[in-house]
Amino acid sequence: MMVLTRSRELSGCGLSGIISRKKNLIPGEVIIRSITHMRERGNGLGAGYAGYGIYPDFPDEYAFHIMYDDELARKETEEYIKQRFHVIHYEEIPTRKVKGIQDSPLLWRYFLRPIEPPDESDFVEEDYVMKAVMDINDKIRGAYVFSSGKNMGAFKGVGEPDDIGEFYRIDEYQAYLWVAHTRFPTNTPGWWGGAHPFTLLDWAVVHNGEISSYGTNKRYLEMFGYKCTLRTDTEVVAYLIDLLVRRHKLPLRIAAYALASPFWKDIDRMPENQRRLFTAIRMVYGSALLNGPFAILVSWNGGLMGLNDRIKLRPFVAAVKDDKVYMASEEAAIREICPSPDRVWAPKAGDPVIALFEDFDGGTQFKEHQV
Amino acid sequence: MEPLVIDAKGMHYRELNQIIRDKVAEGYRHFILHNVNGQRYIGAGIMEDVFIEIHGVAGNDLGVFMKRGTIIVYDDAQDGVGNTMEGTKIVVHGMAGDVCGYGMRGGKLHILRDIGYRTGIHMKTYKDMVPVIIVGGKAGDFFGEYMAGGILILLNLWDDDDRPIVGSYLGTGMHGGVMYIRGEVDPHNLGKEVGIKELDEKDFLLLKKLLKEYCEDFKDYGLSVDEIMKSPFTKLVPVSTRPYGKIYAY
Repeated sequence: MMVLTRSRELSGCGLSGIISRKKNLIPGEVIIRSITHMRERGNGLGAGYAGYGIYPDFPDEYAFHIMYDDELARKETEEYIKQRFHVIHYEEIPTRKVKGIQDSPLLWRYFLRPIEPPDESDFVEEDYVMKAVMDINDKIRGAYVFSSGKNMGAFKGVGEPDDIGEFYRIDEYQAYLWVAHTRFPTNTPGWWGGAHPFTLLDWAVVHNGEISSYGTNKRYLEMFGYKCTLRTDTEVVAYLIDLLVRRHKLPLRIAAYALASPFWKDIDRMPENQRRLFTAIRMVYGSALLNGPFAILVSWNGGLMGLNDRIKLRPFVAAVKDDKVYMASEEAAIREICPSPDRVWAPKAGDPVIALFEDFDGGTQFKEHQV
Repeated sequence: MEPLVIDAKGMHYRELNQIIRDKVAEGYRHFILHNVNGQRYIGAGIMEDVFIEIHGVAGNDLGVFMKRGTIIVYDDAQDGVGNTMEGTKIVVHGMAGDVCGYGMRGGKLHILRDIGYRTGIHMKTYKDMVPVIIVGGKAGDFFGEYMAGGILILLNLWDDDDRPIVGSYLGTGMHGGVMYIRGEVDPHNLGKEVGIKELDEKDFLLLKKLLKEYCEDFKDYGLSVDEIMKSPFTKLVPVSTRPYGKIYAY
């Protein structure tokens, strides 16, 4: 796939997210307007979206979105998939011709049900899907899975956010949770697989900043079967969330504190119980700590979480209006689609902002929420 | 001359700022901007005594390098308000983002509600130019970081959440100027280069003068200087004018 570098006035990436906690559907046009309002923050080398609730006809199948360099990669991948999954439906991802979008890879989507191996007593469906994603990305040349969750989908590529939105016909989808990103790559190449969101299962992550702990995080993740193949730091965040929350069952808030741990000077002053807890998190999950500047949005079928690095090196604003919660790099991106919110605030660095769907029952792991 | 009214809806910041510059050259001095939403660099580098009223959210670097002029925002402002500005004044009737007053060397920033992180970083005084930032709400970490001069005042008038009045690393690297914080400061949050001092008569006179102007700017909110001054202030000053002098001496 083509790898581009280009220069423009330096800025930073931009991100935006909206969730309707009552699961009212939000047209795709809304999130396009919000992210495009921060066009200044990107440079046309990457943009993307993820929507939740967009596949009501296939709510229980894993929706794989895959980009291919060529037909050979497609053939090889489809053979791999057919051995491991029932293909309920598949098609090309609908796109439009857009002037600003060139050199797009082949884009296909598949709605899949795992074929359970007969002799595996400890079969875990999500691990099985995760392994398939890692295998395809790692072993099949020119094939990249960029979405693999249920009733959700990521859409991304090289281009400005409005062009990418038009290309993928985002305006034709409705979702009760949207996230979006416009990219300004600094240390890694601009290519279709390197655009945000980064996903695994139904986790999607968009990020503004740079993860300077990438090497440490990557090596740590490799011990658990994750393979970083997309040449961009943000990839580790999606996999760390999957590891900590889905597999290790950490409460979401605690997982956020593992990624953006309080400083030792502050841990030392905590009450005994809290101090022991945070000391344990830092000791056990030291390799999951994200270093460097970041603002991230993490979305999944339960809700939306926003998180800043501990010393606030990237902008991040949140707002609430009725059942909707907004999170974005700039207040203007929120006000563009919600002119008079009930409340707007700049969240404290290192403290997650968590908005769950009202009907989401994730048990105590997700019990506490903030907005 | 009549004020110039501009509908900034959907306008790119380059277009908006070009109109303002052109019209200032034509002699306009009073601008009323409607439907502003995040346009950057409004009032950048203005040398004339203009008056700009902004309805909507002001974008990043509001009033950057501004030498003279007054900007009023009847809403929130984003990051970098008053970046390297020299004068005269920016008033924000809402909250403001991070790195406000960065390298500011003159003039005043009056913010009604909260302000973000790194307020007044590297602000400085030169002869009779003394920048002043007054914040009505609370502030994040690194308030007054590397501050070299000027006056920072933090009021906590609203106290509408459970955050402390100011975050950690307060005045880290400070080597000039003075801060007045209305309330107590947790010594744990102090930077290594800053010390707490008692206020004297001169401090109270200075505060009274500066807060009078602040309350006039926000007269619709029922603020009173006497009420504000009833609560005790903490004064912070640098312990050294060259905190890192030894680091570079070899």
